[in-house]
Amino acid sequence: MSTQVTAPPEDGAKPRPSAPRRLFSWMISGNTFTVTVLAFFSALVVGAVIIVLATPSAMTAWHYALVSPGTALSESWDAITSAYGALLSGALGSRQAISETLVSTTPLLMAGLGVALAFRAGLFNIGGEGQLILGAMGATWAGFSFRGLPILVHLPLALLAGAVAGGAWAFIPGILKARTGAHEVITSMMLNYVALNLLGWVLIQKEFCATNPCTDAISKVVAQGSRLPHIAGSNLRVNLGIVLAVLFAIGVAWLLQRSTLGFEFRMIGLNADAAGVAGVSTKRLYVVVMTMSGMLVGLAGAFSVLGVDYQLSPAYGGTTGFDAITVAILGHGSPLGVALASLLFGAFISGGRAMQVSTGIPLQLVVVIQAVLVLFVAAPGVIRTIYRIKVRRGAERVFGGWG
Amino acid sequence: MSAVAGPIETASGQRVDPFAHRRRDVAIALGVLGVATILLFARAIPSGVHTTFELSGGSAIHVPSIAVPARAATLAIGIVCLVLGVAEYLWTANRHPNLLLGIGIALFALAFLTWAGKGQQIDTVGLLATSLVEAVPLALGAFSGLICERSGVINIAIEGEFLIAAFLAAMLASLTHHLWIGLLAGAAAGGVVGLILGVFAIKYRADQIIVGIVLDAFALGLTTFFATSLLNTNQQTLNSPSTYLPFGIPVLDKVPIIGPGIFDQNIFVYIVILLLIALQIGLFHTRWGLRVRAVGEHPRAADTVGIRVNSRRMANVILGGVVAGIGGASFTIGSVGQFQANMTAGLGYIALAAMIFGGWRPIGAVLAALLFGFCDALQFTVSVLNVPIPPAFLTMIPYLATIVAVAGLVGRVRPPAADGRPYTRE
Repeated sequence: MSTQVTAPPEDGAKPRPSAPRRLFSWMISGNTFTVTVLAFFSALVVGAVIIVLATPSAMTAWHYALVSPGTALSESWDAITSAYGALLSGALGSRQAISETLVSTTPLLMAGLGVALAFRAGLFNIGGEGQLILGAMGATWAGFSFRGLPILVHLPLALLAGAVAGGAWAFIPGILKARTGAHEVITSMMLNYVALNLLGWVLIQKEFCATNPCTDAISKVVAQGSRLPHIAGSNLRVNLGIVLAVLFAIGVAWLLQRSTLGFEFRMIGLNADAAGVAGVSTKRLYVVVMTMSGMLVGLAGAFSVLGVDYQLSPAYGGTTGFDAITVAILGHGSPLGVALASLLFGAFISGGRAMQVSTGIPLQLVVVIQAVLVLFVAAPGVIRTIYRIKVRRGAERVFGGWG
Repeated sequence: MSAVAGPIETASGQRVDPFAHRRRDVAIALGVLGVATILLFARAIPSGVHTTFELSGGSAIHVPSIAVPARAATLAIGIVCLVLGVAEYLWTANRHPNLLLGIGIALFALAFLTWAGKGQQIDTVGLLATSLVEAVPLALGAFSGLICERSGVINIAIEGEFLIAAFLAAMLASLTHHLWIGLLAGAAAGGVVGLILGVFAIKYRADQIIVGIVLDAFALGLTTFFATSLLNTNQQTLNSPSTYLPFGIPVLDKVPIIGPGIFDQNIFVYIVILLLIALQIGLFHTRWGLRVRAVGEHPRAADTVGIRVNSRRMANVILGGVVAGIGGASFTIGSVGQFQANMTAGLGYIALAAMIFGGWRPIGAVLAALLFGFCDALQFTVSVLNVPIPPAFLTMIPYLATIVAVAGLVGRVRPPAADGRPYTRE
């Protein structure tokens, strides 16, 4: 090296490849982004097969596939494009569609953040459904019990009630895990069914029921002052909830990355034994993280009641509890990932509703697509094998057992 | 978590008891059950009231009904729970702590029944028969779980295996008008879900709990999708299978009380009994069982002596899926004869709890399944009695019992050492 014309390359003598080439090699290198995109594509393919199976005209055409394969293919293609077309336009096709997408995103984002927080501490909070119900119950109660309060007092009060109720419900599996070692997957799942039955009972009590004597299992309507205000005109349902949810995502990101508590959460998530040796009280943290997780999920329930429904019905919650788990997994437990994943699933849900109305294909298709997507994301090796992507070493995590 | 219950000797010869805390917790749980029995039930019953347990239903030999003084009986049960609690605390060599807790929960349920039925008659044979019917899918699910977990793979997909199997069993049995085709389809469907779990968890080493939960969501979405599209429009042709009818085992079904309760049932009950025997012997007294347990406890050692760890695990996960599939089929062609969306209602997770409560042993799993089945059956028996409890709370009983059972003992039971850990050769 006698002359120094340019800065020498740091290792090896190869010149840096051009930007497009680098982009290309990054895209095919089997990283998280590529795997997620391919997983998404694969999930849509599985969904397409199910659409064809559920479309009678397409299935009839397949009976004669040997005679006229073209008809079978074109019938199937029509079924798939009309279903996915309806889904896409229902998710993004108009101002109303975008508003509905954001409305569906809000509880998913909040509940997904809650599940992801527990996830980062190594806990599986699959009690999202129960915590949602309790959160909604708390917010509804606070929403209709007080009249004439200013919104600056009433709304925070109702949100707090939702958070406290959801947190209390998640405290149970947390304390059981810390005190007795009972696995949170089973206890929180059982509490979902308890909460569902509790909801059915609460709604026919005279304190909650809309009518007296109670004829329908539906709650009183929450007061005007406790509702989340609309943010895009009164004819669109999108409300302050989505803004608050984004703020909470930033808050959780700060908590995980910048605070001592978040550091401890991540420690017990990566290796609880090592964290214990390092002087972290794992038992206390299990309780704390489960309660915080439940508070976030409870807020998701509060947001739905105070922002959209304004009253509580027995069918409350639906699959949001389960969706929150898939959102958290798809987002790899990071707040930004959860935000993107919940936006995707929110679009799926609002698009799926439009699809159900216009093509008659049930909304549950969306659940199947989500599940397949997450299944592939959880096992990137499968995607790499299907699409023959080369494997990068050392990126695999090895997971533990019942703990 | 390691070692069995009871004191162990340290190097210096001191006897220490590593389970003192947990024994204390279970003892407290039993104590709480005892006190609750006395305060909630015994005190609420006026003296001189009797609860009549009807015992003769369906049996050829007449058995007189037993009328017990309700107050004294619940009081006695409360005291027995307290004594069990003290025994649990003092009996350091107890190898079967769950048994005591299980007895405690069952006694509490019995006291509840005595209180609920005060001054009335209780159809005891019906209660036992319903408990057994409710226990069947739980036992099969728990078998599925332990077949997988004994080999080191966590199977949370039991709920999903149940649902898909229940769906396909109903559909194919109605299409072909042959029940056994439905049963086979259910078993095969469970096996396929097991295969998917195996591919993702063993071959691609994905997190087993995540894969299991996602498979459950997948199964729920898929079956609900087809139930609302395909089955809804073709109820007659696709969703109205006949069901397996009970048949009595000669002689045994004439035994009072247990005869009609156990030996006059449909094929699924007998499958459970046969599988119980096969698994108990297979796991602990055959070469197959030794290999399965070796792979689940210490895969590297098993590999060293030439056992193919991952193939063994894959075979077990598929077998577990088949067993859960049979359990799933029992939901439709074994009882109501129709598939309904989400008809398993979390029983797959309760089955998992039964497996844990049963200490990863077949006989324990069956006893735990019977306990949960009994708690489940209670709601039907109690709902016909005149009791001031809302039905919603009665429905909660099995779920709450599961939480109490799992919380009361874990740490005292030991999962297979390599449970949930993927194996790779170095």
